[in-house]
Amino acid sequence: MDESWRLIAKEDALKLRARMIQAIRRFFLERDFLEIETPCRIPAPAPESHIEAVASGEWFLHTSPELCMKRLLAAGYPKIFQICRCFRGGERGDRHLPEFTLLEWYRRGADYLALMDDCEALIGAVAEELGFAGEIPRQGRLIRLLPPWERLTVREAFARYAPLTVSEALGSDRFEEIMACAIEPCLGVERPVFLYEYPVALGALARVKAGDPEVVERFELYIGGMEMANAFSELNDAGEQRRRFEEAVRSRRLQGGAVYPMPEPFLDALPQMHPSAGIALGVDRLAMILAGKDKIDDVVAFTPEFL
Amino acid sequence: MYTASDLRKGLRIKIENDPYIITEFNFVKPGKGQALYRCKLRNMINGNQFERTFRSVDVFAPADLQEKKMQYLYKEEGKYCFMDNQSYEQVFLTEDQVGEAKNFLLDNIEAEILLFEDKPLGISLPNFIEVTVTKADPWAKGDSVSGNTKPVTVETGYQLQVPPFIEEGERIRIDTRSGEYLTRVKG
Repeated sequence: MDESWRLIAKEDALKLRARMIQAIRRFFLERDFLEIETPCRIPAPAPESHIEAVASGEWFLHTSPELCMKRLLAAGYPKIFQICRCFRGGERGDRHLPEFTLLEWYRRGADYLALMDDCEALIGAVAEELGFAGEIPRQGRLIRLLPPWERLTVREAFARYAPLTVSEALGSDRFEEIMACAIEPCLGVERPVFLYEYPVALGALARVKAGDPEVVERFELYIGGMEMANAFSELNDAGEQRRRFEEAVRSRRLQGGAVYPMPEPFLDALPQMHPSAGIALGVDRLAMILAGKDKIDDVVAFTPEFL
Repeated sequence: MYTASDLRKGLRIKIENDPYIITEFNFVKPGKGQALYRCKLRNMINGNQFERTFRSVDVFAPADLQEKKMQYLYKEEGKYCFMDNQSYEQVFLTEDQVGEAKNFLLDNIEAEILLFEDKPLGISLPNFIEVTVTKADPWAKGDSVSGNTKPVTVETGYQLQVPPFIEEGERIRIDTRSGEYLTRVKG
């Protein structure tokens, strides 16, 4: 009886989540995106300094479908999306599950600014379908969804909310701490915010901005103080990508982390990829925002603790 | 030694020779960034509290505390009395030192009393205890598993939210760390 009580308590949130996922799918299909499924068990995840892949036999569970999606882009697919389960070791908190759902979409011939427009249209359309009239209640306030949403560079965000500059934060290895503790809680409280132009050191798979070699064309979407999505104008310089992967591998070694094989087929495909843009959005977190929940536990039927 | 991934509410660690207890814990991680462990800590000797953010690479020494199994005897003038059943030695803890555990002090319950250089500092109870519900509104059948909760009082006087099907006189299991209802105990 306890089990059914616990699960039934989630019924409203689970129904909302299901309708939300259907609305997301409809949004992309109506815009001629092709829905893709790629394997979740892969031999070589992208080496990133702070993302842990979970081993599965001699291979790994993917931490995102990014590498396979970009190989499809490189082969010429113009607009693709995927909704899938992803796995990241050691991530458990009010906003984290070690197994979670990502939505990724990619556009050939576009840059990250086009993805900001997509986000406004997507979340606006999904909220409308779920019955919200342009506003989402959150912690006693209303988040207005009417575009355009706020666009704030990382540099501006530090100037506005932090006691030090971006380069000072990076120099003292406090970027993430300042971001998580001082900046994030202020972002997207009245309307969603695109935080953009990240320092090149935090570029991962993003392209350097034309005319400003210190930043990359990357943005994160924040709603209600919560990181919702991460987007790039995709780096398609294979040499530069390899160099960044090798740096991530070095940093992983220093931290004593696992070292994965280089994703060679991805690096081989990269030179064929047209300028493109891609984004990953946390589906569970969007459900949290729309269902008015503060814990990710409340928008999934089962968390690892109950398995 | 503990690493950051061992951090959790209730863990006791040593910082500059003083024992600290983690009173609040939150895992935060910017998607591409390093994991951060935001903690509120309380100095177990002087009660001072502060917030600190740790990272994956941080390591911690366990707090230098002795633990002794003692039995709860009674409360008098705001002091809680516990006795060592082997030596019959008694110690007294203040309301502050007992903290949230006061909600779960069943008669004669065995607790671990924390001692720092022989002075009592605090108490840790078993993670789970079973208690009898002494006061509950009757279950209006029909809204059987509506997902709602209702308040009940248990034998220690503690009040908590439980599923609507819990009735007066039933035994329930409580997690003493969160103070939350876990399950009904079939008896």
